Amino acid sequence: MHNMPKKYYALFTLPTIIAFAIAFLIPFLFGIYLSFTNFRTVTDTTWVGFSNYIRAFTGDNNFVHALWFTVRFAIVSLILINLVAFTLALLLTGGVKGTNFFRTIFFMPNLIGGIVLGYIWQLIINGILLNFGVDLTYSATYGFWGLVVLMNWQQAGYMMVIYIAAIQSIPTEMVEAAKIDGANGWQIIRNITIPMVMPAITICTFLTLTNSFKLFDQNLALTAGAPARESAMLALDIYTTFYGRVGYEGVGQAKAVVFSIIVAIIVILQMRLTRTREVER
Amino acid sequence: MTKKLFPIISILLIIAFALAACAKPTAAPTEVTQPEVPPATEAPVVATEAPAVTGELYYLNFKPEIAETYAKIGEAWKAETGNTLKVVTAASGTYEQTLKSEIAKADAPVLFQINGPVGYASWKDYCADLSDTELYSHLLDKSMAVTSGDGVYGIPYVVEGYGIIYNNAIMNKYFALPGAKAASMDEINNFAKLKEVVEDMTARKAELGIEGVFSSTSLKPGEDWRWQTHLANLPIFYEFRDNNINTGDPAATMEVTFQYADNYKNIFDLYLNNSVTDPKLLGSKSVDDSMAEFALGKSAMVQNGNWAWNQIKGVEGNTVLAEDIKFLPIYMGMPGEEKQSISIGTENFYAINSQASPEKQKLAADFIMWLFSSDTGKNFVTNELGFIAPFDTFAEDEKPTDPLSLEVIRYMSNTDLYNVAWNFTVFPSQTFKDNFGAALLQYAQGTTTWDEVKALFIEQWKTEKELAAQ
Repeated sequence: MHNMPKKYYALFTLPTIIAFAIAFLIPFLFGIYLSFTNFRTVTDTTWVGFSNYIRAFTGDNNFVHALWFTVRFAIVSLILINLVAFTLALLLTGGVKGTNFFRTIFFMPNLIGGIVLGYIWQLIINGILLNFGVDLTYSATYGFWGLVVLMNWQQAGYMMVIYIAAIQSIPTEMVEAAKIDGANGWQIIRNITIPMVMPAITICTFLTLTNSFKLFDQNLALTAGAPARESAMLALDIYTTFYGRVGYEGVGQAKAVVFSIIVAIIVILQMRLTRTREVER
Repeated sequence: MTKKLFPIISILLIIAFALAACAKPTAAPTEVTQPEVPPATEAPVVATEAPAVTGELYYLNFKPEIAETYAKIGEAWKAETGNTLKVVTAASGTYEQTLKSEIAKADAPVLFQINGPVGYASWKDYCADLSDTELYSHLLDKSMAVTSGDGVYGIPYVVEGYGIIYNNAIMNKYFALPGAKAASMDEINNFAKLKEVVEDMTARKAELGIEGVFSSTSLKPGEDWRWQTHLANLPIFYEFRDNNINTGDPAATMEVTFQYADNYKNIFDLYLNNSVTDPKLLGSKSVDDSMAEFALGKSAMVQNGNWAWNQIKGVEGNTVLAEDIKFLPIYMGMPGEEKQSISIGTENFYAINSQASPEKQKLAADFIMWLFSSDTGKNFVTNELGFIAPFDTFAEDEKPTDPLSLEVIRYMSNTDLYNVAWNFTVFPSQTFKDNFGAALLQYAQGTTTWDEVKALFIEQWKTEKELAAQ
């Protein structure tokens, strides 16, 4: 084969670069610019420096509250979703009858949009809470655990598929050898399965963590922040700041920039951590 | 091993990207410059014959319940003048969001609504001076318009009224019971009597065949405007009246003391304690739920305005007869309230986009003039939109005939009573209303005290007014 002529580089990379610029780069840079301005509509702005960032953290503590709520949610759902998904994957690779059927069933919720899921679970949870004479808006704790349940239901099946793929790629000889050496079920999981599926764990933790941080539709549909914005997560808080308050468009934009930075930092840190673990094995 | 695993993971990741892109497009940090707006329903009126188009007018409509009527109006307008009306209707509760993104576009709305002085303050860069428009010259009461200096920036186009809507059939059933606390609605002209009757009705609700006297106090976020705006207007109206505060002077309304908070609590408690729904469950009730309860005869009373007629009428299986639907003023224990009327005013003002081309602005002015003065237009306004229009182009017999509008007209013509003006147009901001509504819900659920609600009202009013003044 000949080397590809240089002149074709542009042909193949330009469409991607243009798409990337239009859909990502330009809006992102424009967004950063907007966070330093005061505006009603994005075409009509005045420069105000850092005051939007100051207002995001002072004035009211909605943003800080939402940040804290999101962090707690991300930790809880990260652990729970991966535990559930991994357990399901183990069960469904263990030679149970009807494996394919169950895999499909567990994967299905992921195909339903977040808004729809939010309303479905709102009905279910309110139906249960009704027996105790309250509803979802009664306390942010209900909203929190409602969201955790919802996210588990939606995401566990998806993560399960990734884990199944990883578990199935473990050479059977390794497991057999361990069995001959007298390892019990737990020891096999602990010392063979988990180290072998580390790349899948990296991917799944990464996906669940970022998904939890970016959660919006489910939050909007399930509680819309009730009671009194106490169950609003970061994305919803940014949205209500930007659209809900006249004169706060720039502040919403500033919150969004802070939000991107937080997510970026978390992702980098987490990728580093799990990557080193992978090498160690 | 890794060789096997990698293609699988790569494929899964690709699927993940595709799915993530479909499933949750809103929250990605990269997209925050253009957060997704809940979909606006677009109903362009398409030209049927060859385009002899003289112009297209983009109107951003604020009332979803009349979106279809505007499509018909567009067709009629096109038939008479050859101009095209493009109507985009914002989904319920998202008007301000939709306006914010639509007006930034090259093809921006030319005709839109503002909700009074506060709305004008947010959109003043886009509001054209309407003092020379023909429609303004026909406005009956010029003091109703939104003005600033010599300019007129918003023309009210509908007069509305709200109060306690009651089902006369159920009330008559109650009055016929032995030992009823009143013999007719005429006796109920103050809070003490209302409370006595309502509480007795609650005690005998089985006999009356109702589930509660009042429909659910809808306190779901976004559905709580009947309490955080309309009901809250009453104590504020009295506070302004008794302290001789001029609502047209922004400096005079910077702070309130909420001195009639206890009166608000009177009527609000009455709503909560004699309701179809347990107070702890009100956080998931919407206005629609509330109106459906009334229409199905599960409740005898509901606080709302004359716009609710379409909702009552539209409920399937409704049992309420049109002639039984009446208005009662909202009494809350104020001295002299026997002379209080229902609350009549407006928060719907036409504004024309000053940044549109002069031809487009002219077209918008012509359209609203046509709608409120031509026979075709007036027919739509009276019979289909059901507006009580405040213009002298309407004759006596050109008034809407639905039961609630008739009640509004009846109260308007009763000069013995004093009107409760719509002072909520000077409420500081939507955030203020939302926070107050959220506090009301917590009060209903019993997680906060009335004193805290009152303190929040005063504190939020001050904070939000100061923010708005910046």
